[in-house]
Amino acid sequence: MVNRTPVIAVIGAGIAGLEAARQLSGLGYEPVLIEKAPAVGGHVAEWNRLFPDMAPAADLLQSLEAGTSGIRTHVDTEIASLGRLKDGYSLILSNGETLLCDAVLFATGFHLFDASRKEEYGYGIYDRVITNRDLEQWFNTRHDPRVGKPKAVGFVHCVGSRDVKAGNKQCSKVCCITAIKEAIEIKEEFPDAEVYCFYMDLRLFGKKYEDFYIRAQRDLGIHFIRGRVSEVGEAIDGRVVVKAEDTLSGKPVKVTLDLLVLMAGIVCNPDAQHYARELGVAVDEDGFLKSRDNLGAVIESSRPGVFFAGACTGAKTVPETLAEARSAALAIHQYFNKRR
Amino acid sequence: MMDFGFKLSPSSAVNLDTVDRARYDRLVQLVPDARTCIDCGSCSATCTAAPWSGMSVRKVLLGLQRGRDDEVDAMLSKCMLCGKCTMVCPRGINTRQLILTLCRLDRKGEVVR
Ligand SMILES: Cc1cc2nc3c(=O)[nH]c(=O)nc-3n(C[C@H](O)[C@H](O)[C@H](O)COP(=O)(O)OP(=O)(O)OC[C@H]3O[C@@H](n4cnc5c(N)ncnc54)[C@H](O)[C@@H]3O)c2cc1C
Ligand code: SF4
Ligand code: SF4
Ligand code: SF4
Repeated sequence: MVNRTPVIAVIGAGIAGLEAARQLSGLGYEPVLIEKAPAVGGHVAEWNRLFPDMAPAADLLQSLEAGTSGIRTHVDTEIASLGRLKDGYSLILSNGETLLCDAVLFATGFHLFDASRKEEYGYGIYDRVITNRDLEQWFNTRHDPRVGKPKAVGFVHCVGSRDVKAGNKQCSKVCCITAIKEAIEIKEEFPDAEVYCFYMDLRLFGKKYEDFYIRAQRDLGIHFIRGRVSEVGEAIDGRVVVKAEDTLSGKPVKVTLDLLVLMAGIVCNPDAQHYARELGVAVDEDGFLKSRDNLGAVIESSRPGVFFAGACTGAKTVPETLAEARSAALAIHQYFNKRR
Repeated sequence: MMDFGFKLSPSSAVNLDTVDRARYDRLVQLVPDARTCIDCGSCSATCTAAPWSGMSVRKVLLGLQRGRDDEVDAMLSKCMLCGKCTMVCPRGINTRQLILTLCRLDRKGEVVR
């Protein structure tokens, strides 16, 4: 290896990319952030308050951005092509620049499932049906005529997740807790509203998540109905009629709502698959990037010199993503130490 | 009435727009923990009366929220107040107290006893 500071291409400047770049720069390397969107921050930039402490997403991003202020960052930039060299990689960027680097870190994150693909739920057809993303945006901007002043609100879990027909058999992991968080926020905003969550299983694995559930039940009287929404229709007054089976009593249930929020799931980012193929890196059967192993080497790809951080390998929470970003930076450090 | 050899069964569907939850709403004012039931079924599994009477605290709570008052009252009448269900509830609900409270409420949720 040449005697210069190793350059690491970090693809994606969501929280994974930002945190990894900050750590790499602290370890004495030269990370270069390549972000497709006009601004950094990824999905977290679209959210309002984050579970489990309800901290503003903007605060987290502010501190991550402050930590990466000196780092070379290309926004609004895509990768036109990626090539393997003898001792590194060459990336041709959409701005015409060529970037030669010694390692590549994928921080390309996830895509939110396109809820209009589940036509039976009426997203994009009925005015009162929105997604988790739309609701977070409403909390940020307070501009969305679809929200109004609802008296009855429903949340549909597992939209596009745990659904072979939608091509995603995996669980998105964060949408149960997000649904409960958003249901609580809606109930606090509109205390007179009846709020219903339609779930198949409640998967509340993380620290303090069960507390959200108990609070939603006991303090706010949010109704939890175990059954997958089968179809949504529009009533003559523009409200939506939701049908499901209450599988605990074995009876069909029906309810008319002013607002229905679909918990769109976390699915793979096709860009990452494309780059992975160009670099000869394995993709898993769920479409996410495939870790060298799922216990001890989640942040390593099947190729030395190519690393992963965050939701590019599967659904992750913010703390998990940040921890992976740090561990990827350390793994890259060890990789260069061995080569020296 | 003429017998045509068939009959119409009433729909078993639950309409959550119209279901009357007055008794449940009153119960949870008096025993707020009742709302935290997770339908685990421990109470019914351990219940001394369940095997021959169908008593189930879980089903009582669910029935109250789905307007199934007849079934709820039939179950309540079978309880022996032994308190085993309270000992097993993972949410720490005082189910015996819940049953006693419920027995004092009429269908409109008024305290009558
Ligand atoms: C509705 C919802 C609410 C959530 N709320 C919380 C919460 O409250 N608390 C919590 O802990 N977690 C929450 N999460 C999870 C959280 O969003 C993720 O943990 C986090 O976004 C993962 O960060 P990431 O950087 O790995 O991916 P992303 O946020 O997806 O960022 C990836 C970045 O890479 C860029 N990129 C993608 N492809 C390319 C390309 N080809 N070239 C260049 N750049 C590219 C993207 O533009 C993006 O900026 C929530 C998730 C959802 C769906
Ligand atoms: S986290 Fe919950 S809502 Fe999301 S896919 Fe898994 S079970 Fe469904
Ligand atoms: S108190 Fe009643 S419901 Fe509870 S276990 Fe005893 S008989 Fe069953
Ligand atoms: S044991 Fe408690 S939580 Fe479980 S079903 Fe009975 S009342 Fe509900």
